[in-house]
Amino acid sequence: MANNEQTHSHFPWSHVIGFALSIILTLFALWVGFESGLSNTMIIVVVVALALFQAAIQLLMFMHISESEDSKYQVGTILYSLFIAVAVVAGSIWVMSFGMDHMHMPM
Amino acid sequence: MKWDEFFVTGDPLIYGADVSIALTLIGVIFVLTYFKKWKWLWTEWLTTVDHKKLGIMYVIAAVLMLFRGGVDALLMRAQLTVPDAGFLDSTHYNEIFTTHGTIMIIFMAMPFLIGLMNVVIPLQIGARDVAYPFLNAVSFWTFFMGAMLFNISFVIGGSPSAGWTSYVPLAGLELSPSVGQNYYLLGLQIAGIGTLLTGINFLVTILKMRAPGMTLMKMPIFTWSTLITCVIIIFAFPVLTVALALMTFDRLFGSHFFTLMDGGMPMLWANLFWIWGHPEVYIVILPAFGMFSEIISTFARKTIFGYKAMVYSMVVIAGLSFLVWVHHFFTMGAGGAVNSFFSITTMLIAVPTGVKIFNWLFTLYKGRIRFTSAMLWSLAFIPNFVIGGVTGVMLAMAAADYQYHNTYFLVAHFHYVLISGTVYACFAGLHFWYPKMFNHRLNEKLGKWTFWIFVAGFNLCFFPMYFLGLAGMPRRVYTYGAADGWMSLNVLATMGGILMGIGFLILVYNIYYSFRYSPRETTGDPWDGRTLEWSTAAPIPFYNFAHVPEVKGHDAYWIAKKEGTDKIKKPYKPIHMPSNSGVPIIMSTFFFISGFGMVFSWHWMSIAGLIGVLATMVMRSFDYDKGFYVSVEEIEKLEQTTK
Amino acid sequence: MDAVEHSPNTPLEYQTETGRLNILGFWIFLGAEIALFSTLFATYFVLDGRTAGGPVPADLFEVKGVLIETFLLLTSSFTCGLAIHYMRRHSLKGLVLWIGITLALGLSFLGFEIYEFIHYIHEGAALTTSAYWSAFFVLTGTHGAHVAMGIAWIALILIQLKQRGLTPDTSRKVFISSLYWHFLDVVWIFIFTAVYLLGMVM
Repeated sequence: MANNEQTHSHFPWSHVIGFALSIILTLFALWVGFESGLSNTMIIVVVVALALFQAAIQLLMFMHISESEDSKYQVGTILYSLFIAVAVVAGSIWVMSFGMDHMHMPM
Repeated sequence: MKWDEFFVTGDPLIYGADVSIALTLIGVIFVLTYFKKWKWLWTEWLTTVDHKKLGIMYVIAAVLMLFRGGVDALLMRAQLTVPDAGFLDSTHYNEIFTTHGTIMIIFMAMPFLIGLMNVVIPLQIGARDVAYPFLNAVSFWTFFMGAMLFNISFVIGGSPSAGWTSYVPLAGLELSPSVGQNYYLLGLQIAGIGTLLTGINFLVTILKMRAPGMTLMKMPIFTWSTLITCVIIIFAFPVLTVALALMTFDRLFGSHFFTLMDGGMPMLWANLFWIWGHPEVYIVILPAFGMFSEIISTFARKTIFGYKAMVYSMVVIAGLSFLVWVHHFFTMGAGGAVNSFFSITTMLIAVPTGVKIFNWLFTLYKGRIRFTSAMLWSLAFIPNFVIGGVTGVMLAMAAADYQYHNTYFLVAHFHYVLISGTVYACFAGLHFWYPKMFNHRLNEKLGKWTFWIFVAGFNLCFFPMYFLGLAGMPRRVYTYGAADGWMSLNVLATMGGILMGIGFLILVYNIYYSFRYSPRETTGDPWDGRTLEWSTAAPIPFYNFAHVPEVKGHDAYWIAKKEGTDKIKKPYKPIHMPSNSGVPIIMSTFFFISGFGMVFSWHWMSIAGLIGVLATMVMRSFDYDKGFYVSVEEIEKLEQTTK
Repeated sequence: MDAVEHSPNTPLEYQTETGRLNILGFWIFLGAEIALFSTLFATYFVLDGRTAGGPVPADLFEVKGVLIETFLLLTSSFTCGLAIHYMRRHSLKGLVLWIGITLALGLSFLGFEIYEFIHYIHEGAALTTSAYWSAFFVLTGTHGAHVAMGIAWIALILIQLKQRGLTPDTSRKVFISSLYWHFLDVVWIFIFTAVYLLGMVM
């Protein structure tokens, strides 16, 4: 076990930093969406990247994904899920748009 | 609702079924009461968490479902033998091909394989049970209740009739207003819970509970194939869960996911269904590959050729299986880029499969082959599966698929892979591991009769279908005209179907015959086996291993026998075992009640059922039962009565 | 089961074989949950824009309400992490306090979400309105149902903590339910980004 009680200092720094980061990232995503003036494609790329970053914070700082003796299986599970998520989401969008980009066409 | 809307009426076949179901039930109740077996049934079977007993119950349920699905198949063959036949009307025919497909895939193939996994995997890795014995019982009972819910549609409310793929709009409320489609949705949903739990359970079991010394690359191939299958189950079944739930919402609560009106997209169902559906194909074929590997290696008396290639090819299949789903609906017209991509990934996935075929052939090469029944099934699998595989690659070419799509060519293809892959494996595995389950072998002579008649019948039934397909006969039609010229090949197919039925009957007779007359096992190692399950005693004690074995390589038991380390006795230590529990069967019964209520939109009943499910979960949460220890004296006593 | 082979510093929830098996099993279950939510997101994206002439999301979504829900859930994830922090310092009091706060925040989130749903239905956007709203309600509703389940589950564990105190069994249950709670926050981050933020911006 990598993480025992010695590594837990009296004050839960990692939690506080994680919490602060998640608030900042949320507000930053909001700013990117409404105020940054980036193109729609860029906005999508940036806010999705920010969401992934937040998810990583939760996994590492709150959920202790890397702490147990089975951390390689745990990390492997999450990485494989990520592959499935991309295949299902991107694949469905691509297939059901019939290979074209009319996702946002008004119906 | 009037009673004649509730019960299916008006068809003599169904009245016959009603009577036989009632008589069977009365018979079972009478026998149990007369022989005072109720308590035995409850304590030994219904509440068991023992993986071997759960495995046996899975296999029995699967054989019953094979019977039901097989009768459906023979009814279809009877109708299609001659042109313009009037044996079944179109509605009845639609119901039968729907239930045939659904039952064979979901309630026969998967439970048969999962049953054999249950029996074999813990033994093969040197474990005393699975990681979560309680959940294992929940898995079995949710599967069983899901299967029962699906099957009662036959006599109560009417069967689903939109095909096992349930494409919308046909399966939507407008075109399938009866409750049959609801049975499909709820039955699969409930059984799916069990399958997902099995996936998690066996993955953790294999990752964490292997005997000391058994590293990942020393695991038997069947264990590897189960591990990969579990990974596919874990990531594919949630997709089915969602797809079924969305269609349930469409039908019961008026949402618009797959409707023609208000922005719904019918083909989105096909998309989601096949994101699950194609991995599902590998869920039912990879364990089959694993079983054939064990059997071929045992009866060729050689270690498996290309162990690493076998493992890596399965890993590649697990990844690629999630990237090929569109080949089931090339004709939707998703465009050149989409179809090309999925055409190429589909052809790619044939490569690791081809690698495995060569590995089996090289395992056989220069082996001292023993032609047992289990081995015969494995040998017949190779050429038959190659026929199915090669025609699969033909279908993978998107442009050519426009010709084959929805014809008997496709029907022939998937029966060639699913029967000569999965069903042959189920029969091979049943003959092979039967002594581990029931402490006696199946009669070899009858086993060979089953084999020759079934395999001849199978090829006679399905090979002509390739040519029927090329001649333009579409699938899922209830009849055809004399001018179509399809009769002679259809007659052949029906004759083949009858032979398969006879083969199945011989197998059932063999089970009875062997139970009565087959000599009981004395050694626990009837085939001169290679893996750890054959090192266990006969009859096998409930804790499996008095000593946890040490593993030095794959074919662990073979090595131990060669080195003479299999007979060493050590002092026993107390063994920890889980307690039986009635919660799984009760919880699953509540699932059944809830599902039944939802089928008929009796929401009071579905809510009451769900409350029951939650209540049993709460009960379980407050239950701190830790199982029990088997004392050393008890182990000594048991070990003397075996071997 | 047996409580051997661990150093005295190993957290309680990892001390037993059952603890280690169940925690790994739950991570794998979360992998299945990711596949489940991915399918719901895929459905949402495919049906995005298919409002059939009815209300469109940009008309109904409001930054303020969504931000309140988001911060409630983010904070609850933080407090849930603190609960585990105190559990590992063997402080039952700290654990129960922070779990209580987590549950209160979770309930407030649910309250706001239900209020939001009622508001939308009032404005003419319901499950039955169009494909888009079907996808919206089922995606966010599935998440909400998970939150409700989580609250009920954690409440049951609180009772068991009161009955039994901190043992390898109860701490295992607390730890696993905390994984579930954090995971629901992760899902919400993606709902916030993909559904609300992009729904308002695009």
